[in-house]
Amino acid sequence: MNRQKTVGVLALQGDFEKHRKALERAGARALEVRTKDQLAQCDGLIIPGGESTTMLKLLDLEGLTGAVREFGAAKPIYGTCAGAILLAHQVTNPPQASLDLMDISVERNAYGRQIDSRIAKVPVKDGGEFEAVFIRAPIIRKVGEGVNVLASYAGDPVWVEEGRHMVTTFHPELTDDDRVHRKFIAKL
Amino acid sequence: MYFTEDFKLKTGLAEMLKGGVIMDVTNVEQAKIAEKAGACAVMALERVPSDIRKEGGVARMASIRIIREIEETVSIPVMAKARIGHFMEARVLEALGVDYIDESEVLTPADEEHHINKRDFKVPFVCGARNLGEALRRIAEGAAMIRTKGEAGSGNIVEAVRHIRTIVKEMKHLTILGKEELVHESKNLGAPLELVEWVAANGKLPVPNFSAGGIATPADAALVMQLGAQAVFVGSGIFKSEDPETRARAIVKAATYYNDPVKLLEASEELGEAMRGIDVAKLPQEELLQTRGW
Repeated sequence: MNRQKTVGVLALQGDFEKHRKALERAGARALEVRTKDQLAQCDGLIIPGGESTTMLKLLDLEGLTGAVREFGAAKPIYGTCAGAILLAHQVTNPPQASLDLMDISVERNAYGRQIDSRIAKVPVKDGGEFEAVFIRAPIIRKVGEGVNVLASYAGDPVWVEEGRHMVTTFHPELTDDDRVHRKFIAKL
Repeated sequence: MYFTEDFKLKTGLAEMLKGGVIMDVTNVEQAKIAEKAGACAVMALERVPSDIRKEGGVARMASIRIIREIEETVSIPVMAKARIGHFMEARVLEALGVDYIDESEVLTPADEEHHINKRDFKVPFVCGARNLGEALRRIAEGAAMIRTKGEAGSGNIVEAVRHIRTIVKEMKHLTILGKEELVHESKNLGAPLELVEWVAANGKLPVPNFSAGGIATPADAALVMQLGAQAVFVGSGIFKSEDPETRARAIVKAATYYNDPVKLLEASEELGEAMRGIDVAKLPQEELLQTRGW
């Protein structure tokens, strides 16, 4: 039996608390990450929803940008919403810096403002469907050749993986369904 | 009845704002400074609370032109304030596409008995509260986020501390009571039994709980977060200080590292003068903003 895996949740800003609970439900040990030392204890990392501009600022301020990029060169990262924006190769609306760990292009706030936020039933490639909660969500506009689309909504990919990394533009942590978190834990 | 799909979307955005700082701004330039400093949202209003306090007059929803300019300029969520009970100001703000409406005691109340029926709206609302009864009444009306009121525009943290401590203490109390006692508490609190029972079972509010009213320094922000707030609103504290940009950045850092005194020390260094505060105990009763709301 392997030791229980430790999954960090980047806790600079955003809904890190909901991810922590989802991870615990899915059977991993969750650790809030605000420093390099905490990051070094993790087998994988979740970058939660929140404001990507705020997270970028705090990553830079604390010298974590390089540390998270290095972490991603060896270990899995899962990004939701703002996390997907941070992991993307290219960001638009407006253009901004990113960690550039996945070959995807992401448009911020692509559905519109909060009144355009929505909950949709989304079919998953492996069967069944998800309750996908989109909150001021981005849209993945382009995916590279090595990217595997796991679920789409209204013609756009909303759950994709590339090698060890994975993103969703919706928030499984806001529901009781922990299948996405289990899939991520299986990558560790 | 309360925990609908719509409620999940509304509280969902509040979840995304946790650990962050929502900054009061009165124009596009301030909104840009706030975004650049790492604010997780901005609150558009006509005058910051300390100016409303000084200048008096009727404080209303901000000008549409300014709110629209701010929406077009920043990529973070934009909130705006409506007067208590003024559901038509709220309808206008909803049509304008603001991301959250603050039904706020900082503006002059439009109705002295009723708050807005917030469940009728698609846009989420945040409301102020000084105690658990007030918080639960606002949630019953449809608020998807509570912020403790503090005393806006005072630069004095004492009321924010009083309100967050009161709410936390009242919630803890509910968790040790029996079913029949909760019925009695529901009567005392003036809040629906269903919500009282939810708090008793979970020991927290069913919506995110933020803090506002008097936060002027990084240590102030860290203090209310230690006491249980999950994010902070800063009003006059930033743009009434000597160096708003540095102070905004410092409070953003404090909201993340509220549990790390070394980082807090770093955040507290090299700040300019804080806003000048007011001794709330010396304010005449009729000048208090926190007593507005029913």
